[in-house]
Amino acid sequence: MPDTHPSLHLGVDLTDAGAHPAAWRTVPAAAHGWFDPRRTADLLATAQRGLLDLAVLDDDHVLQEAPVGGLQGRLDAVLLAAHLAPRSAGIGLVARTDTTHTEPFHVSKAIATVDHVSRGRAGWQVGWSTGPAQAAAFGRKDPQDHDDAVDEAAEVAHVVGLLWDSWEDDAVIRDVATGRYVDRDKLHRVDHAGPRFSVAGPSITPRPPQGRPPVVVPVVSDATLALAARHADVVRLRATDVSAARAQRDRLHEQAVAAGRDPRDLRVLVDTSVLLADDRSSAAARLAVLDDLAGEPWRPASLTHVGTPADLAAVLDAWREVVDGFHLLPAVLPTDLDAVVDGLVPLLQAAGLFRTAYPGTTLRDTLGLARPANVLAATA
Amino acid sequence: MTTRPRKQVRLGVHFPGVNSTTVWSDPAAGSQIDFSSFEHLAARAEAAHLDFFFLAEGLRLREHKGRIHDLDVVGRPDTLPVLAALAAVTDRLGLAGTISTTFNEPWEVARQFATLDVLSRGRAAWNLVTSPDAFTGANFRRGGYLPYPLRYERAREVVDAARALWDSWDDDAVLADPAAGRFLRDGAVRPVAHHGPHADVVGTFPAPRGPQGHPVLFQAGDSADGRDFAAATADVVFSMHSTFDAGQAFYTDVKSRLAAHGRTSDDLLILPAATAVIGDTEAEAHERARHIRRQQVSGPTAIAFLEQVWGRDLEAYDPDGPLPDVDPDVENVSITRGRVRHAKDPLAVARQWREQAEANRWSIRDLVIHATTRGGFVGTAQQVADDIDRHVQQDASDGFILVPHLTPHGLDDVLDQVVPLLVERGSFRRDYTGETLRDHLGLPRPARRDHAAHGAPSTTRPLAAVGR
Repeated sequence: MPDTHPSLHLGVDLTDAGAHPAAWRTVPAAAHGWFDPRRTADLLATAQRGLLDLAVLDDDHVLQEAPVGGLQGRLDAVLLAAHLAPRSAGIGLVARTDTTHTEPFHVSKAIATVDHVSRGRAGWQVGWSTGPAQAAAFGRKDPQDHDDAVDEAAEVAHVVGLLWDSWEDDAVIRDVATGRYVDRDKLHRVDHAGPRFSVAGPSITPRPPQGRPPVVVPVVSDATLALAARHADVVRLRATDVSAARAQRDRLHEQAVAAGRDPRDLRVLVDTSVLLADDRSSAAARLAVLDDLAGEPWRPASLTHVGTPADLAAVLDAWREVVDGFHLLPAVLPTDLDAVVDGLVPLLQAAGLFRTAYPGTTLRDTLGLARPANVLAATA
Repeated sequence: MTTRPRKQVRLGVHFPGVNSTTVWSDPAAGSQIDFSSFEHLAARAEAAHLDFFFLAEGLRLREHKGRIHDLDVVGRPDTLPVLAALAAVTDRLGLAGTISTTFNEPWEVARQFATLDVLSRGRAAWNLVTSPDAFTGANFRRGGYLPYPLRYERAREVVDAARALWDSWDDDAVLADPAAGRFLRDGAVRPVAHHGPHADVVGTFPAPRGPQGHPVLFQAGDSADGRDFAAATADVVFSMHSTFDAGQAFYTDVKSRLAAHGRTSDDLLILPAATAVIGDTEAEAHERARHIRRQQVSGPTAIAFLEQVWGRDLEAYDPDGPLPDVDPDVENVSITRGRVRHAKDPLAVARQWREQAEANRWSIRDLVIHATTRGGFVGTAQQVADDIDRHVQQDASDGFILVPHLTPHGLDDVLDQVVPLLVERGSFRRDYTGETLRDHLGLPRPARRDHAAHGAPSTTRPLAAVGR
């Protein structure tokens, strides 16, 4: 599909110390400590200076797996996103949540509230878990296999969307004459009774500024491709060559059409791990140092670029006819984020491939996605 | 008089909530949702060096006569994300939030509060409440799974498990030695195993120990069970007993329960919610208070309140007329859902109210205004400061959680005029002297301790109803 948008869409991952497992060993000690939010706030400010679409904060209930001696420990991504909101503007804040063990009602109001405190810049990456560790942490049910967990994630995504719509935009009327604060005909029960759970609704939180914050789905399987086709606004593909990306995108668009959606409402990004330097040999040398520290070569599961920003700009240009943009995973934070913002972005801007200002104030504005109609209001 | 040193008044601010205390109909009333409202109240409270900012929560919109109750403020943002955002725009103010122990899992809520404590550099507080009704449960996977008598048993277990998780990281667990390639200190993060009837929690926790060790724990239940739970577990009781005599009785009762749990009187602070209305003269303050009470209790609100006690539709009655002749329907207990029913014996309450109304020539609205007025400070700034200090020095409380009637400016005058008078008397801090909420409240930082594996692994999980 031809790109109908003038700008590429660029997301960036700000999780941990970067995508390379040895990243933390090559950057100066964080000024305030590894878990101090000022570290993440500085990274976000850089991404915002580069006019990037969104920052993703990954999340896991349990201590993340790492090589022996590797970086471990994480804050709750939703709360970190909320914390970053008041001191940022323009850039979208996307938190991942696990849907396998959490309450859909809690997830819905939490993401809605990130949207309220950021004035329309929240996004939600739908997560799921299949591990025995996550199941044991909650102690409520047994581990589920991949397809089952993704199927449940689809049910959660459906209900979360309904809960966001359970308040019409103009439900608060403050009608002094009749003493009514809300028009209760504009509050809707969800009354979901699905195979796995029930939720009555309405939400306790009024409809978010974006109506529905953009939903991000990473595609790693047939099941997740189906989930993305039905529920995603932003799709993260994994592909190492253009033809593989095209094939996935075509299937995604077909399934979106089959689900009654317009494929132009999906923004398809390809996960792109980046390690950058001013010249190719310096980049290769940096990788060699990192791999040596990690004790094994770095093999990301998707498009990977080790080289100069100019070469990366050429790669992105070559992929542009297939995807709407890229979700960048910097090998080392802040090193490779700085190189993206100070090296790659100006080159893309000079080539007319990337925006020179945020087009609006919300994440939907940046993604070129319309604010969705309220499906519960339409049927009321 | 005793010779003990002057007690320091503890003061928090309560963001206006979803009940009739909040006057949304006033032209000065601002947004209940926009972050700027939260930011304003927090900034003013911090400028006055208050102890904390408080957010309540409810997990189901209230219903009245089978429909959403629409006369009060309805809806609010999620508690913890708002507090996390406020942590970015404040430096010292404590950040307290209500989170139900019934419909949250210990692992998740422990991780959220550990995160909030790190984000705020030691200012997090958790107000533990229970919400075991099936009406609220309908929004959650398990529905109304928890029998009412077991609500504090579950709460106790959730707190026990949360404490074990908060203590599973050493304070200095992060070594971050790049040369040696060791991020965590060896053995500094331990797996947790808690097996009990209400929580089955096993694993290695991902969040570091917060600056406070554990967040400050508030508790708000008023039953005997709730008071015992507070005496055993809490750092602060959020009480409803703001009048002097009731406050002293409650204070004495709860503090007397501490010894049984090996705790002293200083280990638990009692902070009632209270309103404060000030004026240039006492008469002006009382006139303002009367005006606010009439705003809070509109005609429809008065009828709806009466309907809760009567258990009947009373819409045909004139709020400015006399009370209904008809008796309450004692069978119908579910006319209002999502909040505590006020009257335990509706017939007796109705009889008493009719007598009061006749004797004072009160209309329905007058009666409801009278019946729902619970203390609160009214007077000049000096009088209110004196009164607050008297409550604290004479052990009717350790301070107050101030509840404004207007969002977001409702406490501006109290913070500007009353707090400086408390400072002048030596009963309130002139500036923050500590960094964390525990510092502000004079509460010790809990040392990390080892929690023996709790209970035995269960092969069956009687309460872990899967899915639903």
